[in-house]
Amino acid sequence: MKTVLKTHKINKYFYEPERFQVLKGIDLSVQKGEFLSLVGKSGCGKSTLMYVLSTMDTDYEGDLEINETRLTGKKQNELAKFRNEHIGFIFQFHFLLPEFTALQNVMLPAMKLGKYSKAEVEERAYEKLRILGMHDQALKASSKLSGGQQQRVAIARALINDPTVIMGDEPTGNLDSYNTQVVFDILKQLTREFGQTIIAVTHDDEFAANTDRIVEMSDGSILS
Amino acid sequence: MLTFEIAKTHLLSKPKQTLVAMMGVTFGIGMFIAMVSLMTGLNNFTEELTMTSTPDIRIFNDITRERLSLAEEWNPEGINQVHHQKPKNETAKLRNAFQIASDIRTNPMVLGAAPQLSSQVFYNYGPVQLNGMIAGVDIMEEDKLFDLRAKIKSGRLEDLLSTPDGLIMGSGLARKLNVQVGDRVVITTPQGFTMSLRIVGVFQMGLGAIDNIKSYANISTVQNIMQKDRSYITEINIKLKDTHQAKPLAQEMEKVYGYRAEDWETANATMLTGVVVRNIMTYSVSITLLIVAGFGIYNILNMTIYNKMKDIAILKATGFASNDVREIFLIQSLVIGFLGSLLGLMVGFGLSYLISLAPFDGGEFISITQLPVNFSPTYYIIGIIFGVSTTAIAGYMPARKAGKIDPIEILRGV
Repeated sequence: MKTVLKTHKINKYFYEPERFQVLKGIDLSVQKGEFLSLVGKSGCGKSTLMYVLSTMDTDYEGDLEINETRLTGKKQNELAKFRNEHIGFIFQFHFLLPEFTALQNVMLPAMKLGKYSKAEVEERAYEKLRILGMHDQALKASSKLSGGQQQRVAIARALINDPTVIMGDEPTGNLDSYNTQVVFDILKQLTREFGQTIIAVTHDDEFAANTDRIVEMSDGSILS
Repeated sequence: MLTFEIAKTHLLSKPKQTLVAMMGVTFGIGMFIAMVSLMTGLNNFTEELTMTSTPDIRIFNDITRERLSLAEEWNPEGINQVHHQKPKNETAKLRNAFQIASDIRTNPMVLGAAPQLSSQVFYNYGPVQLNGMIAGVDIMEEDKLFDLRAKIKSGRLEDLLSTPDGLIMGSGLARKLNVQVGDRVVITTPQGFTMSLRIVGVFQMGLGAIDNIKSYANISTVQNIMQKDRSYITEINIKLKDTHQAKPLAQEMEKVYGYRAEDWETANATMLTGVVVRNIMTYSVSITLLIVAGFGIYNILNMTIYNKMKDIAILKATGFASNDVREIFLIQSLVIGFLGSLLGLMVGFGLSYLISLAPFDGGEFISITQLPVNFSPTYYIIGIIFGVSTTAIAGYMPARKAGKIDPIEILRGV
């Protein structure tokens, strides 16, 4: 098994309203194709950890390595480029761009990457939407889609650049039980069929129980 | 370009807001074009009028000029104090004026040189008595300088040559005296000499200051009126091929001929000051309008960015750098600025066209029926540069703010 993500002694502090240590010496390594869920009570630091892993938060101590690239200390522009190529995001509130169609939303990160021509990107976007059963809604404005549909488009967008890791912050947190099941099955299928690595922060115990590995956090440390 | 595509989608998804922002710029630029067209049109018109009636260089004997006192001549090294020095008793006559004029004509930069003399006179016609002046000229040479033929309203230029006691009168003067071609008027000089002259033509320069007081007669006629000899000439008027050479050439002529040579810029200093003042006014009002439009764009862009915080966070999370985000919003303001300015140019053109059609009575001062409007493309280019740069500055600040947005705060803080 190949390790795709590794952290070494990550510490992080909040300074407002007073100095407070949110993350205490986090050591974590994630294997390729692993479906990992991060659980814990509110305020235990699981979301904070995920944003550190996502490279968006750079204000921490310790080391972060994804795909054998050390990311700690890199500049914002380099990190943006790295995120674009290696990390896919799924958020709780879908976060599609409302002015664009579903297809355009999926295409945007690939257009930014600039590895393929526009026609190729469009073809790839259709392919990803088909995996999620959304190809027949491709040309609809994203604001016209239902919550579950939006989340599926968001997953297609996360997949478009074949990222090393997909990160989800409560990916099913805003969905009903039917759509939760649909999204979960899709994520599971991605890890099984495409060897996709997924890290998801969740409150949902049932969701967590069905993943490959549960990492439970408490007061800024990993329990298990 | 990807950022351009995103900017376009943003603009098109809120057409009303985009249009309002554009209208701000359009209004500013439109007013700028309309104002500048009218102001420069007026400036050019008055300048042209003045240029058609004043020579580029005028050579005359300046008898009021400072001169050395006798004491200074005798004792140049000593300390001399001469109070209340009287001007030397000399006439305004230019010696060898005809030779000087023909010498000047040999200069390749000179279009024409016309010797002339002029005097203050009273015009009498029945009980009406008007103060004015009479200029004794070689009418053919004068025509070469000021294109007099085109300004003759009635009568003929050539008739003056064949009529020794002929007179070509300014239109305002003729109207006040209620005279026509063929009528006789009696003129009186300040020295008391009286003579009856026949009107052979009426001219109109379009400038009240000239049309209301001036008449042309033959050189010999005026010499008679003034009771002077045949060589008595008070000034030489010179027109150049290039007006802007007047200043250096005047200085040169002053040195060569020993008489005062005044260029048109010095003679019309007041008019040129007026031009400068009008330009300052036009530009300050236009810049104010554009700054107001700039604030409008600044506000709208700020609002847009506030509404699009989530989108910006998403773009940044999926790999768009701060530069890309800044570009997206900067492009929006530039597009608003460019299209708004372009529309403003059209509005400005329309306004200036309407102004140029509106009837306007210049009254006694200048004879025009419509306001003169300048349609020079220079101001349209200035307008668009103005418009785009204002919006670029107004858009840069909000765009930079958008680029600095921290995505985590927005993604977590729902």
